[in-house]
Amino acid sequence: MIAFLTKRLMHALLVMFIISVIAFAIQDNLGDPIQQMVGQSVPESEREALREQFGLNDPFHVQYLRFAGNALSGDFGTSYFYREPALEVIARHLPATLELVFGATLLIVLLSVPIGVYSAIKPRAWISRFFMGASIIGISIPVFLTAILLIQVFSIGITVSLFPESTAWGAWLNGLLSTDGGMPSFGRGQDLVPVIGHWETNLASLGGLTHLVLPSVALASIMLPLFIRLIRAEMMEVLQSEYVKFARAKGIGVRRIYFVHALKNTMLPVITVGGVQIGTMVAYTILTETVFQWPGMGLMFLDAINRADIPLIVAYLMIVGVIFVVTNTLVDLIYGLVNPTVKLTGKPA
Amino acid sequence: MSTPSSSPAATPAGGRWQRLRDSYLWYSFKRDRGAQLCLATLLALVGMALLAPWLAPTDPYDLAQIDILASELPPFWIDGSDPAYTLGTDAQGRDLWSIILYGTRVSLLIGFGAVLLQALLGVVFGLLAGYLGGRVDALLMRLADIQLSFSTLMVAIVVGAVVKATLGGGFYSDYAILMLILIIGLAEWPQYARTVRASVLAEKRKEYVDAAKVMGLKSRRIMFRHVLPNTLSPIFVISTVQIANAIISEAALSFLGLGMPETHPSLGSLIKAGFDYLQSGAWWITLIPGAFLVVLVLSINLLGDWLRDVMNPRLYKG
Repeated sequence: MIAFLTKRLMHALLVMFIISVIAFAIQDNLGDPIQQMVGQSVPESEREALREQFGLNDPFHVQYLRFAGNALSGDFGTSYFYREPALEVIARHLPATLELVFGATLLIVLLSVPIGVYSAIKPRAWISRFFMGASIIGISIPVFLTAILLIQVFSIGITVSLFPESTAWGAWLNGLLSTDGGMPSFGRGQDLVPVIGHWETNLASLGGLTHLVLPSVALASIMLPLFIRLIRAEMMEVLQSEYVKFARAKGIGVRRIYFVHALKNTMLPVITVGGVQIGTMVAYTILTETVFQWPGMGLMFLDAINRADIPLIVAYLMIVGVIFVVTNTLVDLIYGLVNPTVKLTGKPA
Repeated sequence: MSTPSSSPAATPAGGRWQRLRDSYLWYSFKRDRGAQLCLATLLALVGMALLAPWLAPTDPYDLAQIDILASELPPFWIDGSDPAYTLGTDAQGRDLWSIILYGTRVSLLIGFGAVLLQALLGVVFGLLAGYLGGRVDALLMRLADIQLSFSTLMVAIVVGAVVKATLGGGFYSDYAILMLILIIGLAEWPQYARTVRASVLAEKRKEYVDAAKVMGLKSRRIMFRHVLPNTLSPIFVISTVQIANAIISEAALSFLGLGMPETHPSLGSLIKAGFDYLQSGAWWITLIPGAFLVVLVLSINLLGDWLRDVMNPRLYKG
């Protein structure tokens, strides 16, 4: 166990090292910090003196070590645009992103488990077929398009006049298909409740929650089909296994077999994939936040790119790197702990 | 499952067409209405994209043909439309139908190009890792693991952002197609490498490889001429899904402003351009290109699903 733990931690450190080298290389090659500081009128000799003073003429590895040391103490430099420490800017934007991911995760967990399990137990039922069909359509719609559709339907509203308005059934169908809109689709709204430090939450007021609905649904839409299909596939495999047949033969009630015996073993691979996917959701938050102008880290990152705000870009990469590495390592460790068949030492089979 | 491509290496060169007609693949295609419909849709879209210069009523890249006064006209079934513009016009007055044809062309070009690059990198690295084993294997697979532990979309966005910031926006837009192919290709090669490595590991233990070794053939020849043909069926299956992914990645990058410029749009940049006009009621500028994108990706995904069911390769899991 100790060997497995050390191996995973070494792996995590190696990945963080690679990310930090890449981040440093970006910082080193993009933009000239002296230019940012002094402007045009300062003569070249003074610039050179400043370069020497800030150590910009030192060899690559010396500069990298200085960068890594600063990063470890939480100093990523000062954002060009916000004129405050980059980490501070990220800390202010982080809660919005985390709440969005939380909302989406909640939706995914609440919907994917029952749908996945049901469609594994009754694969031929029309409702299972409907969800399988819907899930492949869901995979094929990019997350930003889902977001745009949600805005059109629930925020702007649609008026359908496909059926003749003069007949009663036509008017009824038109009314049924039309929507009023009115759901907020821009930013986090005004009803934020301060919690602690930079953290103001959307979760504590009705107004805040309604702002969270559309972005969360959009973000969940990209992962939900994957999870439904995964849970269904794993559950179907488990239902074929010997111990489920044995439990049936013993006369245990189906409910108990499905939800106690089978579901437990289904959730094991789901947890691993799920943990990794929650990390990947960070990528999709960039798209979702762009559509809804949700003031989280993703939108901040995109703005930083457009403004060539190098310290902020570098800080974002490092923070996201940490998030990915920590979730992946945790998932590996949990899997190692929960699943006794995983080889804890040496190469995984 | 025995499929034509997974039979032992020494296949006769001639009669490939006949072998296809006799295969289980063709048999199940003939019986599956859904697969036929998907292939027909896909071929129609590819055909439209290829014939865009002849099918499109206007040339959207030609500024002289654009009438700014005719901007934001609705499609034909809505009041206030102009019969000259079937699907309406975008905010710059470009004919939506023409620009969608050209946009589909750009999206498909980038999708296929990126998958070609991924497949090339992935097949070479996967073969080397699987066949040579040892240090090469450990190094390449560790690299693939690290890259896959981030999502491919994230890698593509970061690489795109950094390349754009380094080279400058103008240069980036000029070579956007090439840049996107490179970025998406580099971001997604590990999928291929893992799949190829897994099937190479299985093939390596078979007798024909031993026989080839005993005959004194060089490793390179054994890898590319003998082992590679036997790993083709999983490559074929993941390629469909990868093309769909590449097209979505391209659309996502373009939507974020890291892809095709608005003057030379793909489906993704059309959606981005139209999104600004959604609130003013001109939904068609963004949703019609969106519908084309979804139909394109959906038909590829459904074909991929069907192919996986039929060929049933032991795909690398996890």
